[in-house]
Order: sequence, then structure tokens, then C-alpha cells
Amino acid sequence: MTSSQGQSGQEVLSAPLVVEYPFRRTLGPAQSAFFTGLREGVVLGMRGSDGRVHCPPPEYDPVTSEDLTELVELGTAGMVTTWTWEPSPRPSQPLDRPFGWALVRLDGADTGMLHAVDAGSRDRMATGMRVRVRWAGERSGTMADIACFEPEPPGSPGSPGSPQSSQEPA
Amino acid sequence: MTALTLPPALQDVEPVRSIVVPAGLRYRFTAGQATSRFLRGIATKRILGERCPACGKVYVPPRGSCPADGIPTTDQVELPHQGTVTTFCVVNLQFYGQAMEVPYVCATVLIDGADIGLFGLVQEIPFDQVRMGLRVEAVWVEDDQLAPTFESVRWWRPTGEPDAPYDSYREHV
Repeated sequence: MTSSQGQSGQEVLSAPLVVEYPFRRTLGPAQSAFFTGLREGVVLGMRGSDGRVHCPPPEYDPVTSEDLTELVELGTAGMVTTWTWEPSPRPSQPLDRPFGWALVRLDGADTGMLHAVDAGSRDRMATGMRVRVRWAGERSGTMADIACFEPEPPGSPGSPGSPQSSQEPA
Repeated sequence: MTALTLPPALQDVEPVRSIVVPAGLRYRFTAGQATSRFLRGIATKRILGERCPACGKVYVPPRGSCPADGIPTTDQVELPHQGTVTTFCVVNLQFYGQAMEVPYVCATVLIDGADIGLFGLVQEIPFDQVRMGLRVEAVWVEDDQLAPTFESVRWWRPTGEPDAPYDSYREHV
């Protein structure tokens, strides 16, 4: 509790007030598989009726609304399709230093997943840059199992120009 | 639920079925002058209400104005530490952040001389004996723990007096 001078000269009291709701959300089959995969160090996507692979995996087809069942194991590196810079991270964000928010299209997927990129500075962020998963030290089946993405060193498997490069939709 | 075929590496592991997704709002609460006066009183073991000069009603904790007349409350009124349970709720569910063991009782206590009920816990009585009209008194924390916070009143306990007649608090239910 702190205080400051009020209009009448009396001090007005002030204190932190936290309102918190710890929701627990059931996942359904597709997201259950996705989060189980993250815990085990595997990233899963879901193939839709038009052949596109979505990641994170949806339970229903975005076009036809039919149930989806074809899980696809994806690479753990990919490409930034769009991004923005976060200069002053807040307490609950993935990193405690400035980072990029990016949509990352993992190798083998056709859609982007939102996550943090630990690029160090804004100058190192670019659309089309290659990034790879940095796994959390301890994983428990949450989005934070991917601690963040980090720029892939030049010449890495899957980086532009390397034989394993897979930029085409699966 | 649709049957999915998991990759071999995931077939024999315990599936993740749910995730905890906390939603938190971090505020700084500024009490304002009237409530600051009240909280300072609490820190010295006094319950201070404020009276509306037009309708005469006593508000506790005071917000500095009368919601009925829309004018500032002008008179500070020191209230006794006794009151009447006007309504209550038995809490049976355990929830995140809960400090009390279930079941316990939350109540609205109408302090003698006040015109608005105050929220508090009722203890030192079996939960199934708490009732409307129960006469209660404030139980404070130890003197060296007193602070400008509602938590300085630990809870309310029965005084042992006969129950207050319904008509004495019917306007406040």
C-alpha cells in the first residue's frame, strides 16, 4: 500500500490489485494430439480436405467443416511469413527481452503458427527468414513447450539453398 | 470424439487432455480520499462510516458521496464493532486461490448504525447454524498485524445475543 497527496492534503491510498481466472480448458482430439506432441518434442499438423496442412491442427475442416483425422508430423524449423516487433515485453509473454511476434510456417505445413522469435534485435527479423524451434527445458504439454523460435544458422538443413529445403506446400 | 491415428512415438504416452490458460488483470487500485480515511481507521481498529447530510444514511466503507442524493458525505461516524447478518452464503466448492477450508460462510453484515451491509466471513460457529439475523462482532487480527486493509478484520463471530428481528434489517436485504 502506497500513498500520494490528495486534493485535500490527505494522502490517498493505493495498492496492487490482481484479478485472475485460472481457466482449465479441455482440448478435444486434435489439440490433445498437438499438445501431447509438443510435450514429446514433436510438432503435428492436420491435413484438410483440400490437401493443405494446418498447424496448429484444427479439429474441423476450415472449408467443409467435416471432422479432420489425418495428423501430419512436421519439421521443427520453418519460415516467418509475417511478423511484428515487441519492444517491451510484458510479464506473461514468452520472452523477457524484446522479441519478434511471427507467424511461422513450419516445414511441411501450409499455415502459420503464432509464436515468439528470439531474434535479439528488430534488424534481424525479416519476412522469409528461417527459424527453428527452441524447446523448453521442461515440457508439460503447453504452448510454452516451444520456448520460442530462433533464427536458423545459415547453411542449416532446410535453410534456403540447402538440398532439404521444403518451401512448397505439402 | 473423432478417432485420430497418432504417430507411433505418441501412441503409448499419456495424452494431454487439458491445459490451464490463466487470464489475469493486474491493476493498481487507488482507494480515493473517503475510502482512504476508512482504511486508515481500520489500521487503528476503528470502523469509520460517513453520513449523507440530506438523507442521513451512513455508508461504510464510504465512497465520499451519497449514491441516492449525489452529494458529498460530510460527517464521519465511528461505528461499533457489532452487527447483524442480513444474508449469507455457504461456500462448498474449493477454488484456486482460496484461503479458507470449505465449507465456510460469507455474509453481509449490517453494522449497528450503518445503512449498508459489509461483506465478511462468519466463523466460530458451525456453518449450518449461520442464519439471517445472527448477531455478530468483528474479530480483528493481532494489533501488530493491523494494516489499512479489509484483512485486518479476520472474520465475524456470534455475540451470543438473541437474533435481531427481521424488521430491524428488512430494508437492507
